[in-house]
Amino acid sequence: MTKGGALARIGADIGGTFTDVVLETPDRRHTTKVLTTHDAPERALLDGIAILLAQANLRPEDVGLIVHGTTLATNALIERRGVRTGLLTTEGFRDVLDLGSESRFDQYDITMDKPSPLVSRGLRRTVPERIAADGGVLLPLDPSAVRSAADFFAAEGVESVAIAFLHSYVNPGHERMAADILREKMPDLSISLSCEVSPEMREYERFSTTAANAYVQPIVARYLARLDDALHDLGFRCPLYLMLSSGGLTTVDTAVRFPVRLVESGPAGGAIFAAAIAAERQIDKMLAFDMGGTTAKICFIDHGKPQTSHSFEVARMHRFRKGSGLPLRIPVVEMVEIGAGGGSIARRDALGRIVVGPRSAGSEPGPACYGRGGGNPTVTDADLLLGRIDPTAFAGGLMTLDRSRAETVVGGLGNAGADSRIPALGISEIVDETMASAARVHAVEQGTAVDQRTMVAFGGAAPLHAARVAEKLGISQVIIPRSAGVGSAVGFLLAPIAYEVARSFHQCVGQIEIDALNGLLAAMSEEAHDLVSRGAPGVPRSETRIAYARYRGQGYEIPIAVPARPLDRADEVVLRDRFEATYRAQYGSVIAGLDIEILTWRVSVSARRTTARSSAAPVEPRAFEVTLRHSVLDPASGRTMAFAVVRRDDLHPGDHLAGPALVVEDETTTVVSPAFDLDVDGHGCLVLSLRAGGKGEEP
Amino acid sequence: MTSALSDVRMQVMWARLVSIVEEQAQTLMRTAFSTTVRDAGDLSAAVFDVRGRLVAEAVTGTPGHLNSMAEGVRHFLAKFPADGMEDGDHYITNDPWLTAGHLHDITVVSPVFHRGRVAALLGCCCHQLDIGGLGQGPDGRSIYEEGLQIPILKLASRGKINDVLMELVRQNVRTPLQVEGDVLSYIASNDSGARRLRAMLDEFHLETLSDIADYVITRSQAATEAEIAKLPRGTWHNEMVVDGYDRPITLRAALTIGEGDILVDYQGTDAAVRHGINVVLNYCKAYTFFGLKCIVSPEIPNNAGALAPFKVRAPVGSILNVERPWPVAARHVIGQMLPDVVFGCLSQALPGRVPAEGSSCLWSVQLRAKAVPGMEDRNGRAFETVFFNSGGSGARQSQDGLSATAFPSGVRAMPVEVTEAGAPIVIWRKELRPDSGGAGRTRGGLGQIVEVGSRLQQPFEVLAMFERVRFAARGRDGGGGGAPGVVRLASGTPLRAKGLQEIPAGDRLVLELPGGAGLGAPGERERAAVDEDIRQGLLSPQTAERDYGWKADEGGPLRTGTAGDMSNGS
Repeated sequence: MTKGGALARIGADIGGTFTDVVLETPDRRHTTKVLTTHDAPERALLDGIAILLAQANLRPEDVGLIVHGTTLATNALIERRGVRTGLLTTEGFRDVLDLGSESRFDQYDITMDKPSPLVSRGLRRTVPERIAADGGVLLPLDPSAVRSAADFFAAEGVESVAIAFLHSYVNPGHERMAADILREKMPDLSISLSCEVSPEMREYERFSTTAANAYVQPIVARYLARLDDALHDLGFRCPLYLMLSSGGLTTVDTAVRFPVRLVESGPAGGAIFAAAIAAERQIDKMLAFDMGGTTAKICFIDHGKPQTSHSFEVARMHRFRKGSGLPLRIPVVEMVEIGAGGGSIARRDALGRIVVGPRSAGSEPGPACYGRGGGNPTVTDADLLLGRIDPTAFAGGLMTLDRSRAETVVGGLGNAGADSRIPALGISEIVDETMASAARVHAVEQGTAVDQRTMVAFGGAAPLHAARVAEKLGISQVIIPRSAGVGSAVGFLLAPIAYEVARSFHQCVGQIEIDALNGLLAAMSEEAHDLVSRGAPGVPRSETRIAYARYRGQGYEIPIAVPARPLDRADEVVLRDRFEATYRAQYGSVIAGLDIEILTWRVSVSARRTTARSSAAPVEPRAFEVTLRHSVLDPASGRTMAFAVVRRDDLHPGDHLAGPALVVEDETTTVVSPAFDLDVDGHGCLVLSLRAGGKGEEP
Repeated sequence: MTSALSDVRMQVMWARLVSIVEEQAQTLMRTAFSTTVRDAGDLSAAVFDVRGRLVAEAVTGTPGHLNSMAEGVRHFLAKFPADGMEDGDHYITNDPWLTAGHLHDITVVSPVFHRGRVAALLGCCCHQLDIGGLGQGPDGRSIYEEGLQIPILKLASRGKINDVLMELVRQNVRTPLQVEGDVLSYIASNDSGARRLRAMLDEFHLETLSDIADYVITRSQAATEAEIAKLPRGTWHNEMVVDGYDRPITLRAALTIGEGDILVDYQGTDAAVRHGINVVLNYCKAYTFFGLKCIVSPEIPNNAGALAPFKVRAPVGSILNVERPWPVAARHVIGQMLPDVVFGCLSQALPGRVPAEGSSCLWSVQLRAKAVPGMEDRNGRAFETVFFNSGGSGARQSQDGLSATAFPSGVRAMPVEVTEAGAPIVIWRKELRPDSGGAGRTRGGLGQIVEVGSRLQQPFEVLAMFERVRFAARGRDGGGGGAPGVVRLASGTPLRAKGLQEIPAGDRLVLELPGGAGLGAPGERERAAVDEDIRQGLLSPQTAERDYGWKADEGGPLRTGTAGDMSNGS
């Protein structure tokens, strides 16, 4: 069948535990969830694609676009499973990664520890060289020192090296020279340069970002090369795009060079998915709760738009406090991510308290109940024992879960011979409390409140835990959209094909070199249009230009819009006015008589996507008749209750039933706790509403 | 409204207040001009009720500012009562005795108007790169030599800046652009906090902050008292000798845990000295409170209630309670030692809960070059710059001390790249200092080595104010001392740890920052931990052998023994 033609599009999200694949044709959406294959992640992805092509009766050449995101890089950083990485740096600066900002992220907690660097001190080598703040060479690079560093890295079995020299953002010469020497001595070495990964002032953030890039690069590069080849061999001829942490899309080439920018790709897809739901349902204040097998992500979406930021912290270790993770200077959707997912491993700490995560059993071996050799108790094992998951219907019946294995390992956390559901309840409560606490902390950091928000829950494990987390946060409405189990992959297909080019060009407003600037902006614009038009031929494009400006002498810039056309002298007044208006809006007042300087220029080009917005028909509420009930242990009351069990396929718009209930679908199960009622709205979303008087535990 | 619901509402507002002052602090950093504020976060921001009581503080703050402001806002209200304030007014001072202990810290307090009345006050305090006078060093013989004194004055009336004052400030400081820019950013910061606070009052239909202030303060005080009630009663004594300016100074304390309160009395502490390392009572309280809070009530948010059960006494005329006009510019070198003095008392009352002594004093490197007439464009350029560095913190009960990390100060180090972009200096080295962490079951944090030169072919000066060079951090429970600090020229000549000195053209200043002390007998340290320290180059095999009895080929547990003391002065 070729009628669907190249209009079929595939979104694929590889998570730490599951690989989610979505195939959309103009008529319908097919979805599937397969276990992630860590040794070769493309295998699961290709399997998933094959399943969906068969379902839709399509061939590879019928597919017009594949958009892919992966948490491969994130999980490697969180679980410290990257390659053996070295750092080559300026003599005298071996410990930039250890020193960080020389500060404590918690003022009063004397037991806090700083995050340990990705590259241990033993693998950090320094070489004589020094660039000054103005780019001048104070000490030439010593090539022989670089060669001996190469010998050292080779002897140590280092697979990837980050090169990070002081002031390389103004003069990258030494870094490039060192890279050439290393490459000559070690042709297979993966090399990340700080002047390319994060060409911005402030050494700790730049070194940290570059180290992270190096730490994951070989893993991502090998993987993408294999995937590209495999897709080609199978007959796919469409473009393959990668989802970026910023919510935009990029090419394979760019992704291989800067894998650190893929770090939050899955979650970014989730944020786009949630934002589409917020826009469709006109929800002003949303909390997007995305819980997969390995991590949970919380993102606030105001007025249908996720917040973005230019820096991010990955792998926060200490009660999710800001500063306890590794800083990355990359464009990213603003969110908090913690090591809490279905595969998170539970244990008892020195004080005998149950602790869940951040270590995850992933998909291999996976939770004990998968019966694939996993010997540690996980959140999924606990969910199974509590009766929330039907062991025969997991992942659409793809695998049968082994209850007795779950009992053995979870029971091991409790008293010998006692009911294994008690420690299971403990695991569930701790992981839910952990996620609620992360949401509260993030809200404070963002200066916003959580309790008046509508929660949208997606990702394989979120619908199992959403109601309880909402109770803890004082949230009274939870929405479980269609395709919730594969939300990020759906989001990928909603992302615009976009490309952003940034260049440093220091100018003072009032004395702008107009011709030089116009030339630069035109070249940037051409580069971006070219890349976007190749990915979205014939689609109308929009362009925005941004300048990052500040008063001379300040340390931080604010973005101001620049007209997307050649500038003339009169535009300097426009830029000044826009700067002052933005500054006033942000900080309340302006400073008269000070020079305004612009450091960075960004040009973004985006292909406009026409999203079919279906407005839902109004529905008549009617009570759904429950025929099956199942014993489930409820954490809020600690009692076993008879939960209604319904198939999501059997529910239709307008259906209403009172909690407690379990709604089972192929990719996940929604727990409707006793405090909530369930309605199915016109979009087919499950809407959980806190019953009047049924308010859960206070936050 | 039910009391449960009202309680929830209060908690929401409390959380909101914390996020408001956090935004206030962020605005200050985003709009500031000096690296002390925008990069090092040497600032604090807080909200006060109309009685001047601290209600919430930004987590980015540093104790010397925060707890000093907690004492200081009432002085503003005493001079300018709230009912005489107008919308758009801002007030300023740098009086060491009323606020943060030296002239370099400027505080701005602003009323928040809501429905025509003062509903609350916002305050922020930051460290300025320069305030005129001799500059930030300990060489002044009185406050008059230490720079421009700004009494509590109106900085702005109904939104209009006090131009006379600003002109006076510009004329009196070496870095007028930064100081003036920063003062304007204080206003922007308080304005942004005020907008958010008004929005909150509207949302919750409140006239003033009084109810929520009472709630926060009462709750916090009760929680602190409950923590104190869990402690043993009694009085414990400690003394600590520090380098001082040119002779050692003994700090003495008696700490009494009573019925719901703790008193720290510094009776017996040495008298004030003729150089600017003296501490005003405000600042003495600030760091004493901080030390107490870390051990007794770290989880309770800081505010007037949380601090109320803590009491401090220091004899007038002692180095911890000087009167005007004694010099105070480098007061942090003594003030930041106070948590260690407090810890020494608490370790007797609460064995097993208190860390060993650390390097404690922030090594703030204030550098300067004078203009050479006629050569300004080549090698005769004047500059003034400062950058922060930290040594090692003391070993903790079950963790090693933090290496090169500020404690008790809450500031960050400026990035080297930012410092070098602002002044013609080159920091050639900024790296951990191996073998500087005191030995013990848990090891002290490592200090660092800093080497700095000028890009200009001319001498430059350091306004030295470094501590723990003679008297190192002392170990606890059998742990060894941290390595003492070293101040010298790269060419070898030793320098004094305090006072203005010259680095000859072409030479460099080298600082070896002190390490934190160890805790518990070194023999109890796990062999694997010693091996790992050696592997990472944090500990040399020679020192490992001396301090831990480590032998290259032994895999077994360490022999038991006492600490090899690395300090040479204690």
